[in-house]
Amino acid sequence: MSKIHVTTTLNGDQVEYLCEPQETLLDVLRNQLDLTGSKEGCGSGDCGACSVTLNGRLVCSCLVLAAEAEGNEIDTIEGMADGEQLHPLQQKFLDHAALQCGVCTPGFLVAAKALLAKNPNPTEVEVRYWLAGNLCRCTGYDKIINAVMDAAAEMRGA
Amino acid sequence: MVKVVVWGSLRAATNGAATVDVEAVNFKDVLVQLEQKYPGLKPQIERGVSLAIDGTIYRDAWFTPVKPDSEVVLMPLMVGG
Amino acid sequence: MALDTEKRDFKIVGTRAPRPDGIDKVTGRAQFGADKSAPGMLVGQILRSPHAHARIKSIDTSAAEALSGVKSVITSADFDKASNSFNQDALDNCMAREKALYHGHAVAAVAAISPSVAKQALKLIKVDYEVLPHVIEVEDAIKPDAPIVQECRQAADTPAGLSQNITHQMSFGHGDLDAGFAKADLVIERSFKTAATHQGYIEPHACLATMGSDGKADLWCCTQGQYYVRELCADFLGMETSQLRVTASEIGGGFGGKTTVFIEPVALALSRKAGKPVKLVMTRDEVFKATGPTISTFSDVKIGMTKDGRITAAHAMLRYQGGAFPCGTIEFGLMSAFAAYDLEAVTAEGFNVMTNRPRQAAYRAPGAPVAIYPVESVVDELCQQLDLDPLDVRLKNAASKGTKSSYGPTFDDIGLVATLEAAKAHPHYSAPLGPNQGRGLSCGFWFNFGGNTSVSLNLNADGTVGIVEGNPDIGGSRASISQMAAEELGIPYDNIRTTIADTSSLGFNDVTDGSRVTFAVGLATIKAARDAIQKMCKRVAKLWDIDEDAVVWEDGYAKPAGPNAGDFEPMSIAEIAAMANSTGGPIAGHHEVNADGAGVSFGVHLVDLEIDPETGHTTILRYTVFQDAGKAVNPDYVEGQMQGGAVQGIGWALNEEYIYGDDGLLQNPGFLDYRIPVASDLPPIEAVILEIPNPGHPYGVRGVGETSIVPPLAALSNGVSRAIGHRMYQLPMSPPKILKTIKG
Repeated sequence: MSKIHVTTTLNGDQVEYLCEPQETLLDVLRNQLDLTGSKEGCGSGDCGACSVTLNGRLVCSCLVLAAEAEGNEIDTIEGMADGEQLHPLQQKFLDHAALQCGVCTPGFLVAAKALLAKNPNPTEVEVRYWLAGNLCRCTGYDKIINAVMDAAAEMRGA
Repeated sequence: MVKVVVWGSLRAATNGAATVDVEAVNFKDVLVQLEQKYPGLKPQIERGVSLAIDGTIYRDAWFTPVKPDSEVVLMPLMVGG
Repeated sequence: MALDTEKRDFKIVGTRAPRPDGIDKVTGRAQFGADKSAPGMLVGQILRSPHAHARIKSIDTSAAEALSGVKSVITSADFDKASNSFNQDALDNCMAREKALYHGHAVAAVAAISPSVAKQALKLIKVDYEVLPHVIEVEDAIKPDAPIVQECRQAADTPAGLSQNITHQMSFGHGDLDAGFAKADLVIERSFKTAATHQGYIEPHACLATMGSDGKADLWCCTQGQYYVRELCADFLGMETSQLRVTASEIGGGFGGKTTVFIEPVALALSRKAGKPVKLVMTRDEVFKATGPTISTFSDVKIGMTKDGRITAAHAMLRYQGGAFPCGTIEFGLMSAFAAYDLEAVTAEGFNVMTNRPRQAAYRAPGAPVAIYPVESVVDELCQQLDLDPLDVRLKNAASKGTKSSYGPTFDDIGLVATLEAAKAHPHYSAPLGPNQGRGLSCGFWFNFGGNTSVSLNLNADGTVGIVEGNPDIGGSRASISQMAAEELGIPYDNIRTTIADTSSLGFNDVTDGSRVTFAVGLATIKAARDAIQKMCKRVAKLWDIDEDAVVWEDGYAKPAGPNAGDFEPMSIAEIAAMANSTGGPIAGHHEVNADGAGVSFGVHLVDLEIDPETGHTTILRYTVFQDAGKAVNPDYVEGQMQGGAVQGIGWALNEEYIYGDDGLLQNPGFLDYRIPVASDLPPIEAVILEIPNPGHPYGVRGVGETSIVPPLAALSNGVSRAIGHRMYQLPMSPPKILKTIKG
């Protein structure tokens, strides 16, 4: 079985790789491209720890075949900060202590960023429902919601 | 003589007594004396026990002193999660 | 080490200091268990039993071994005999010997050059199973004709005549129950059932094992206790402890479920046989099937109360199943059940029974949530029937300093009354309720531990400090440890870096569990800092040519003790460290201890909820957690523990359960059907921290990590019961079950 050659844009850079047909985008990100920020929590799209955006759309990378990235734009947690400058969401997560073990944090940050790109002024309920696809077992979500609301306010210039 | 409180299901090994007396000056001594005087306690002591001495739980502290007026309570070995 | 006698104004302890691993975690740089690779690495995968109970007659691995790309295949034959029966159980759980004891029990493993080759290899392993009858539920396992899970596992001091599946029996308590019940105006006795749940950490178990032909090995894994992993793995592989170095990765949740081994010995054995590194990562399916869920239980509780709310007698019969091996969690259930109360007559008795289910592992206050749930439910039902305020009744019977506890020792200073009073005074308690709404409350408790701890505190030449400790950080402890050291040394928090050592780099440390780290590692850090201070003062005394006790430490400086000591300029850590090499060598403080004196932590939870009468769905409207932290070193992390534990408890109460078919197979090993709470299920969770200092710690710290999972089970059950006007006696209270109760 020969591998599939894929060319894609990853965090703004052009990237090429070879993958087996059944490999997921998450597999390739982690095992070939050394981008271990996206995590495999379940492999079935239930936990959101592998969240990335595909052409700006929030997806679980464990449900995207690696071959599907061909010609598209993928953005992962590794592309969120701008060099040394953290994204406001990342800074607010730290300020609000919105993480304990941190394994779900990349997924939440990518998901929250996708929300604020679509809706810069969400209500708390809208934030909770948007993030319902991201599981956290440590925090009880309270400080995560506070961090997202605060980041949204800052990004609006409020 | 030190009074040692023994929990419910161990009282079968102490002829029904909830409190027994042993001559002991420290944690290790208490366990050695209990095993000698009440051989029925041996299986549990081997599985592991803590001692609460005057309200503080000691898990494995052989040289912790025990006074004649100390409250000593035998307890299972503690683990958490 | 006792509470400091002199009162002090803390400058850094008690503040919300930023965590040192924060940047790594928000950028994805932090390395968790599955994030490490090694050159030439193989992929390990495990073959698991498709049967709930079966004798393994033979395993033929020849076809798998012959497959191109497969580098090693192992079974239980590749392990040594363990050094004691508890360790042997842990090993048999990692790899079945004579019998597969539960659905998903590991029977063999392979290491191959790629996941697809490994997957193929597993299919080529031929296992000859003789399927046996299985038993799943507590009530079935205790029957005299129940299938025997394991022979000859019953403790020697167990009363005769019980099913062989019952491993041991215990009881605690004091006083005359009959006389106590006779004094009661109302006695209520009820039976309760709870299902098994899982800790639900988002990171599956993962490890990377490298064993060389010289018998030395390196193991990278996500764990709560690298020293314990070393102990077990060395035992199972017949290695000297010193030849195995275990490094703990960042851990993506544990809650007790990562305090033992599942895949680590397997990865080491595969690596040894293949002569190459082996990476083994569990799938979510495997995590549910073959790691350590909680016990499930079937319990009876009987409590007698006078009409003015005084409990006169209390009895509990708790029956726990902890899977296919003997399990000691029943002991903590029995000891914690009535811990909140000052009782003249109390007995908690019960036993553990084996079933064909995975081997139980600890989950945050193991045994306590499901013991306190029935007790707090019966107390609430008594309050309802006697028309008494549930908080007033708790206050009337609350344990306090001097109370002889239901599990034996007499309490020292404890915070139960303070948390109850805080709850009573809080606006939540008097907020109005609407139709289909109910309010529930519950107390909760955990013992907390100290344990074996080593800390090393090293001065750098520029005056900054490196602290080396051995406990994986599951809740923010690195920040708290740095804060305590900064406080003692009188230097800025940012001048300290706390790292977690591998097993070769520091003395022994007990597992991160029992809410022990902020307490015990904190205490050892304080002592290590004071040790370093003493050494620094000694150096300065030499430099100033005065007596050692004429030099004191104040606000980060060595100073002369008084005007008589001499007129010297104070010296900072940076100045002292800069001259260390010339004045005797590197300066470090350290402390090794088996810490005792942990303080218990009491909590009270209040919940308001609304039930949809058509669907049975529960909406949580408001949730407040009150808990005694002794001294909150970092309030952010204390709140985090209170909120996180509460939400785990909410999941346990409303939705989470292991569902088995009649065939003994687990039907819901995934996050879709094992439904943990999500953000949209919950309101904000208010956390109220109380501080009643623990006399056993210099700053008064009490562990807080575990207590918060205990109250939610009964708090929610009491709230639902009041909302629907019918008592609930079973968990989880999922919508179909609530609807069934409403409809009668």
